[in-house]
Amino acid sequence: MLVTGVARQLGGRFVRRIQRDPDVDRVVAVDAVPPEHHLGGADFVQADIRQPTIGRVLAETGADTVVHMDVTGTPLGGGSRTSVKETNVIGTMQLLGACQKSPAVKRLVVKSSTNVYGSAPRDPAVCTETTPPKSLPSGGFAKDTVEVEGYVRGFARRRPDVAVCVLRFANILGPGADTPLASYFALPVLPTVFGYDPRLQFVHEDDVIEVLRISSHEPRRGTLNSGTFNIAGDGVLVLSQCSRRLGRPTVPLLLPAVTWAGSLVRTLGMTDFSPEQIRLLTHGRVVDTTQMRETLGFRPKYSTAETFADFARGRGPGLLPPQALAGAVDRIAALALRGSGHPPTQSAN
Amino acid sequence: MADAKVIPFDDDRSRGSAVQRPSRRRNSGSRRTGTTEPVPVREVQPLPVRGAAQEDVSVTQEEEPSGPPGRADDGGLERRIAGGLAFLRRRLTGDYEVDDFGYDAELTDQVLMSVLRPLYEKYFRVEVKGVENIPAEGGALIVANHSGTLPLDGLMMQVAVHDHHPAGRHLRLLAADLVFVLPVVNELARKLGHTLACSEDAERLLGQGELVGVMPEGFKGIGKPFSERYKLQRFGRGGFVSTALRQDVPIIPCSIVGAEEIYPMIGNAKTLARLLGFPYFPLTPTFPWLGPLGAVPLPTKWTIQFGEPIPTDGYPPEAAEDPMLMFNLTDQVREQIQHTLYKLLVQRRSVFF
Repeated sequence: MLVTGVARQLGGRFVRRIQRDPDVDRVVAVDAVPPEHHLGGADFVQADIRQPTIGRVLAETGADTVVHMDVTGTPLGGGSRTSVKETNVIGTMQLLGACQKSPAVKRLVVKSSTNVYGSAPRDPAVCTETTPPKSLPSGGFAKDTVEVEGYVRGFARRRPDVAVCVLRFANILGPGADTPLASYFALPVLPTVFGYDPRLQFVHEDDVIEVLRISSHEPRRGTLNSGTFNIAGDGVLVLSQCSRRLGRPTVPLLLPAVTWAGSLVRTLGMTDFSPEQIRLLTHGRVVDTTQMRETLGFRPKYSTAETFADFARGRGPGLLPPQALAGAVDRIAALALRGSGHPPTQSAN
Repeated sequence: MADAKVIPFDDDRSRGSAVQRPSRRRNSGSRRTGTTEPVPVREVQPLPVRGAAQEDVSVTQEEEPSGPPGRADDGGLERRIAGGLAFLRRRLTGDYEVDDFGYDAELTDQVLMSVLRPLYEKYFRVEVKGVENIPAEGGALIVANHSGTLPLDGLMMQVAVHDHHPAGRHLRLLAADLVFVLPVVNELARKLGHTLACSEDAERLLGQGELVGVMPEGFKGIGKPFSERYKLQRFGRGGFVSTALRQDVPIIPCSIVGAEEIYPMIGNAKTLARLLGFPYFPLTPTFPWLGPLGAVPLPTKWTIQFGEPIPTDGYPPEAAEDPMLMFNLTDQVREQIQHTLYKLLVQRRSVFF
């Protein structure tokens, strides 16, 4: 098995996990930079997937399963947006080219994102795998994923003998997540777009690892693990709910101001607060996960709310911790009850 | 055919009994059977128990008073305060549920409906007829006429179903995409359970057994000039019929009288509308001449009548692809609504009373 993008937390975790599976003989971990975390005994090969060397690596190792996790939105370390885009798009092209040449490859798993649906007010409220996006993402990571999926579809046509699984993950959160949304939620005060309360869906890191594992093995009885699947936790949280559960106050800003500030911050190179990110935090996005349940046979352990709760536990309390607010309301309730001269038979439950 | 079904509903009767008859079916109306004069019945009738209780005590957000009426006043107040604080606590800590469409049932029931209810009861004095035509469970598609420059008719229809249906059903409205582009409006619409008028969303909601409301006239209906009031416009492309057929849910025609006159649109500033990106920019006798004051709707008297359901389950599965059947069913629904509109207009004594 060959895994790309292992220098990231998620890739590293997946490599460590997959080696414990009995039907995995050998894991070859590939990335352009050596990972800081250990890989649990996997063979690390330092190779840039943008270079044709990946073809040689694949031919030498004779891997039968390729898990492509190097489709990401943020640069690792101090890379620029250009290098991320190159890794995403050129890297995928090189990897797919290498896979096409290698007769040993039987299975390809690609980590994609629900970003491919874009985020527009004119989209249906819930996107299924077949929903065409009303407005294609204009740039950034979302456009990369659209292009990557396009190349993967082309590859699937040319190599019908390879089982291809594209997993469109909703926003990945968890105690160790390093996604742009996680860094957004880490801000002490959350800037929001005035007049919009987007619906968000999250998927827990543990579930990500598990679903990658399911799709990189032979399908279990009664399930099919080739195709395109939306992966998200059950349920929906709106942004205001998230901020309250985190205990972080929000600052509603007008949309033009947010766009302007976002581009300013981007120009200064402080964070990657991309336009898609702003669109997501304006209009939100919810995907349908029927296919994930019924075809892929995967049931996420964490719902959206549980994922968020787990993420919130990993962060410190915000400026307005929900417990403190709840306590304050309870005290008022107690006061009101005492004031009315009745025994506090029913407190605010 | 469709007309014949509707006519005996409350035609051929004197006005007094026509007004009273449907009122007996409502639980709030049935408690006032002693009243014989139709006019006071009309005014008091639409007050549901909850709304009446809310005005007694001026607490902003309270739970439904569930205590027995014989209890002391302060006990009820205390209960209500406790309920209100529990609600506040849940809101502040984010401990509430929204569905995939962003529908916030708690907020809708306790806050947004309470905001709309005075408009519904006191301002437009909406009279609801035929609410028993809405099934107690399972999906159904309510198709209504659309008018009034601003989509207040949809909101009033939602309050009507919410407050009068014995099973306490929630109406999920399908709204134009403009609603979801505008800030604030989109947020409130999502929380009220509205979603984009597209077949995907409608089918998903109907598949979940929800009650879905649609106004197929769209902007053609809501933005038509005052001179064309109560003339139904084209019903889109009949997409609502194929949606109902695919989900095997009945279509309930709904006629709303009174909404046409709230903003008599005597002109349309097309250039301004194009600049602002709106489908029309209304000019009424008061708007925009009187500024924000001109945007106050006229206090017309409304009637919302839900008609007899048109079943869609007798058709073969491929019927949803049959354009001829689509057009026929669309016309049937349209004619039934138009016919009921005319009947209600004949029964109406005046626009304002």
